[in-house]
Amino acid sequence: MRLTCPLCGERDRREFTYYGAAVYADRPHAGAGPDAWDDYLHLRDNPAGETRDLWYHELGCSAWIEVTRNTVTHTITATRLVAERERPAKPKGRGRRA
Amino acid sequence: MPRLIETAACEGLLPVVLPEVRLSELPFAPVTSVAAFAGKDRAVGTALRKLGLGWPEPGRSVRAGEAACLWTGRDQAFLIGAAPEGLAGVAALTDQSDGWARMRLQGPGAEAVLARLVPIDLRVAAFPEGAVARSGLNHMMMVLMREGPQAFQIMVFRSMAGSAVHELAVAMKALAARAALG
Amino acid sequence: MRIAGKGLIDRSETVGFRFDGRDYTGFRGDTLASALLASGVRIFGRSFKYHRPRGVMTTGSEEPNALVTVGRGARQVPNVRATVQEIHAGLEARGQNAWPSIGLDLMGVNDLFAPFFGAGFYYKTFMWPRAFWESLYEPVIRRAAGLGALSGKSNDEAYEKAWAFCDLLVIGSGPAGLMAALVAGRAGADVILVEEDSRMGGRLLLESHQIAGRPGADWAADVLAELGALPNVRLMPRTTVTGAYDGGTYGALERVALHIAGPDDDVPREGFWRIVARRAVLASGAHERQIAFANNDRPGIMTAGAVRGYLNRWGVAAGKSVTVFGNNDYAHRTARDLSAAGVRIAALIDLREDVAMPGDFPVHAGCRVIDTVGRRGLREVVIADREGKVSRIVSDCLAVSGGWNPALHLACHLNGRPDWREDIAAFVPRAGMVPGLTVAGAANGAFSTHACLAEGAAAAEAVVEDLGLRAAKTDLPQAEDAGVRIRAYWEVPEPKHRAWLDFANDVTTKDVRLAAQENYRSVEHMKRYTTQGMAPDQGKNSNVAALAILADATGRAIPETGTTTFRPPYTPVSIAAMGAGGQGKGFAPERRTTSDGAARDRGAPMIEAGLWYRAAYFPRPGEASWRESCDREVRMVRERVGVADVSTLGKIDIQGRDAGRFLDLVYTNTFSTLKPGRVRYGLMLREDGMVMDDGTTACLGEGHYLMTTTTAAAGQVMRHLDFVHQAHCPDWDVRMISVTESWAQFAVAGPLARELLNSVLETPIDGAAFPFLSCGEVRVMEVEARLFRISFSGEAGYEIAVPARFGAALWRDLVARAESLGGGAYGMEALNVLRIEKGFITHAEIHGRVTAFDIGLQGMVSAKKDCIGKAASQRPGLTGPEREQLVGLRPIPAGRAIAAGAHLFDEGAAAVASNDRGYVTSVCWSPTLRSHLALAFLKDGRARIGGRVKLVDHLRKAEVLCEVTHPVFFDPEGGRARA
Repeated sequence: MRLTCPLCGERDRREFTYYGAAVYADRPHAGAGPDAWDDYLHLRDNPAGETRDLWYHELGCSAWIEVTRNTVTHTITATRLVAERERPAKPKGRGRRA
Repeated sequence: MPRLIETAACEGLLPVVLPEVRLSELPFAPVTSVAAFAGKDRAVGTALRKLGLGWPEPGRSVRAGEAACLWTGRDQAFLIGAAPEGLAGVAALTDQSDGWARMRLQGPGAEAVLARLVPIDLRVAAFPEGAVARSGLNHMMMVLMREGPQAFQIMVFRSMAGSAVHELAVAMKALAARAALG
Repeated sequence: MRIAGKGLIDRSETVGFRFDGRDYTGFRGDTLASALLASGVRIFGRSFKYHRPRGVMTTGSEEPNALVTVGRGARQVPNVRATVQEIHAGLEARGQNAWPSIGLDLMGVNDLFAPFFGAGFYYKTFMWPRAFWESLYEPVIRRAAGLGALSGKSNDEAYEKAWAFCDLLVIGSGPAGLMAALVAGRAGADVILVEEDSRMGGRLLLESHQIAGRPGADWAADVLAELGALPNVRLMPRTTVTGAYDGGTYGALERVALHIAGPDDDVPREGFWRIVARRAVLASGAHERQIAFANNDRPGIMTAGAVRGYLNRWGVAAGKSVTVFGNNDYAHRTARDLSAAGVRIAALIDLREDVAMPGDFPVHAGCRVIDTVGRRGLREVVIADREGKVSRIVSDCLAVSGGWNPALHLACHLNGRPDWREDIAAFVPRAGMVPGLTVAGAANGAFSTHACLAEGAAAAEAVVEDLGLRAAKTDLPQAEDAGVRIRAYWEVPEPKHRAWLDFANDVTTKDVRLAAQENYRSVEHMKRYTTQGMAPDQGKNSNVAALAILADATGRAIPETGTTTFRPPYTPVSIAAMGAGGQGKGFAPERRTTSDGAARDRGAPMIEAGLWYRAAYFPRPGEASWRESCDREVRMVRERVGVADVSTLGKIDIQGRDAGRFLDLVYTNTFSTLKPGRVRYGLMLREDGMVMDDGTTACLGEGHYLMTTTTAAAGQVMRHLDFVHQAHCPDWDVRMISVTESWAQFAVAGPLARELLNSVLETPIDGAAFPFLSCGEVRVMEVEARLFRISFSGEAGYEIAVPARFGAALWRDLVARAESLGGGAYGMEALNVLRIEKGFITHAEIHGRVTAFDIGLQGMVSAKKDCIGKAASQRPGLTGPEREQLVGLRPIPAGRAIAAGAHLFDEGAAAVASNDRGYVTSVCWSPTLRSHLALAFLKDGRARIGGRVKLVDHLRKAEVLCEVTHPVFFDPEGGRARA
């Protein structure tokens, strides 16, 4: 498996550390309710198809990367720096996802 | 009071010399991590240019004589072989001189040795002279720079110098023994 | 038997080797199989289950029968295919699965019980009594049935791994592969051409075809000479591509020195390659199928392609009187080539009626083989004609062709399923099953030489265009272009004896029909029930026939029945090759501190802490055990002065306008108020509210901090800080870098710590001007250094840090000075005792399931600000009396030893899980307090201080009554550290 680090280019998977679903980057604001925190911390989709997850270029440039990939075909459609993604407007995270 | 004695990172370990390739320790040089403060990218670039260098693109270095500025990560470069003049206040400067064992791997077999340990494309077209990569030397974090057609600079954590030399020496010997098979 | 003038071996060089205890000779270029066949050897081993004599069947890595053990002792390698192993001086091989020898195998008795050994036999028979399975049935069955055995000894031979990158990976060097490599190579693409065989050329070496009017092998040699001269082409013979993986990555096993007599110790035996290719052409050819008929497994029965292959490549006639049996035109080539070389063809038997074949041998059209004779090797072939009339043909070799299966395995490794093509009676790959990979030639179902050349060229031209290069015009050389003429035929119906499909696992047609009858109708179920295709050869010759028979038995069509899943590796890969680079020291790097040499000089044993090696203690003459040394070192620190290397703690340099604000976010307590020159203890949570790490952070200047982490969590904390910054506040002005490696840092602790330090500092310090939790820059012996007044021992303590290149010198100097003051170096054991006496936590306590509340530090979670983990730490259930809380334990009496990992129970309660009240995390003997001590987590522990609990260690069978205490055993007011 190969991942394209937006800074370093295409690299072997072993340079990266996997960190789970990309929604973990969208931290609720401090005053968000317990449901929002529960959702953020514990609830994850497990799609057969497109998914977004977090990888850390640990043996590389230390960038956190959001990878969009397909769990069925293994196709990787996009990678981008977590630091450069559009961030949710605050406050965020009230209510539970359906 | 006597002055403290310095010990080289690869003291007693190098050089390792084989017919096609040689691994040696580079002489001590100042290494400063340079990370521009928010909004100070241009000022940092200007200061580096005054040193005859410049801010490197990702995966690249800017070199001038003995000095070099290597891209080493997100918003970070290592200034090697020159004092970070004019950079105080515009960039976070952190002395890294003692943190790394710096080695040179040189010779016609250098690329083949690294192919045993480094999971990246080191063909000249993909990794030309001056190219820099943060990657792994087997399990070790590494900064790698191609210095020339048959020469690489390898930086690994100082504490891992022994393991790095061991891994490189094993690969060097294996290749030499392979070559002897004809 | 060698045929004069035939073959591509070098007859000027004779090579001696041993097989099954006897000496043989062959020629340079021989495989073990060709050399033994030439010497008249027929039995290569015994079969897996029935111990039937078996001979060689193929010329390639798909060989199911001729598995041998090569070498001796720790270096012996089992299950080596004799068809792949090249002979060399000193080669020593043995047949397998036989006792005492393959010629006389007493286990052959299994064959007599064959009626009992059908599919599912073990599942049904050895069910009862249950206890007999592990103790009796399995060991006996394993000895009787099986393949070669491992030596059980550690192998000291070298293996290697390597990476390679290319524009085009060509897998296979037959006509399709050579043509692809030539077209791409001439266009300037970076090409890697991989060939499993020792010699490139693929099927061209085994056939008598002409290309461009010359022998195919000559044409191949010319192409290879051109390719070898191109700097952009890399030829890798003896290399098998074993798997296709995501992202254009291929695994490949290279046999580096398995063909060499007595290679140097540094030479790797095998190398495992990870090849990353932008494009790949799979030109892996095809495997010939057998036909299932009664007793089709006797030595001398081979694939037809192999019989002519041994002749054309190695000059070996596999028999004196050869019968050919087939359902397709390719079988005829065997009769033609052998006949032309002067080998007697006893008969050509073709299942089809409308065949004619000129030659000086009898042709039996519309006939079939119904049985064979010859216990230790084929003697007679029994055939029946279309009317059922039976006749016997004396023959010592039967060349069988049931057609060809494209070797499409790699194309299916990403879970693609192939298509059935009725016209060639074979599965062929679908386009695009592996992104970037094109299948060409026989692997794609294009069997004629011309079609192979054309498909190879076309595939490469497409790649060249994709890569933006320009292909030079490469003309296709003239070659045969015969169409495929085959009648699908899998088994001779109603055999009187067993008819084999999977020779390696002894699976017969009856087993497959039995599986269907017992409702294992899915091909995947049938495979597991019968073990069809589960041997080292993975059923390369037999899977398609097995599923065709399953299809017939279940009344379905072949495509509807489908194939089993193709998985890597294509051929067996030794674990040593896959794990190359990870043996011995390569398993994990060692991190050595600057005091490492000095510690070893003192005979200090090392403790591994993550990758670091830290001195456990520094033994002195007369000390008989680690405890004596440890006790002495603890007393040294409490009474005089000790020096410890603490460089392994993580150190992170943090700078920027928002650095203080950032620390406020990652720590539970406030750091933005910390003044330059001051140090503060900080607690860090994970976002789920559990404690991640703790440590001190010093403010070195305005917007400049130095964070320390525990040794164990340094990497995790760095990753966490990067995440928090990049994900939550990328616009904050904060920059971080690890400086763990830059500084050698030594703890100097004890009542005489300041006296020792002042003997090396250029400007002495005093207690008042440099109070507890302060830091600053100092000069030590002409070197700029950093001094921190912090204590992990509870004594007046400092940590002094110098650039790492001065570490070794400073360590030796400090230890010598400490010794002159009645102290000395102390190691991890003493450090641990000192911190337990003080109730300081490590990752033994903050093990990932404890909260700030649990360790009594809930007061450190600031109410005035947010921090990572704050919201979750306040969830119900993470605070309160139900939580296990950190306490101290003192055994009653004090001399009773207690062990970490023991569990806690109320006095009088049974020591069962439902009564569990907590557990012990750290223990020590405290020479200071003359007592064993423990840190433990106890339910509602803080409320139980002063009471008693029962400590039970089920593992070591110990039960100790303990007093529950405050976790700080020694100097609870902390006056000593501030002195």
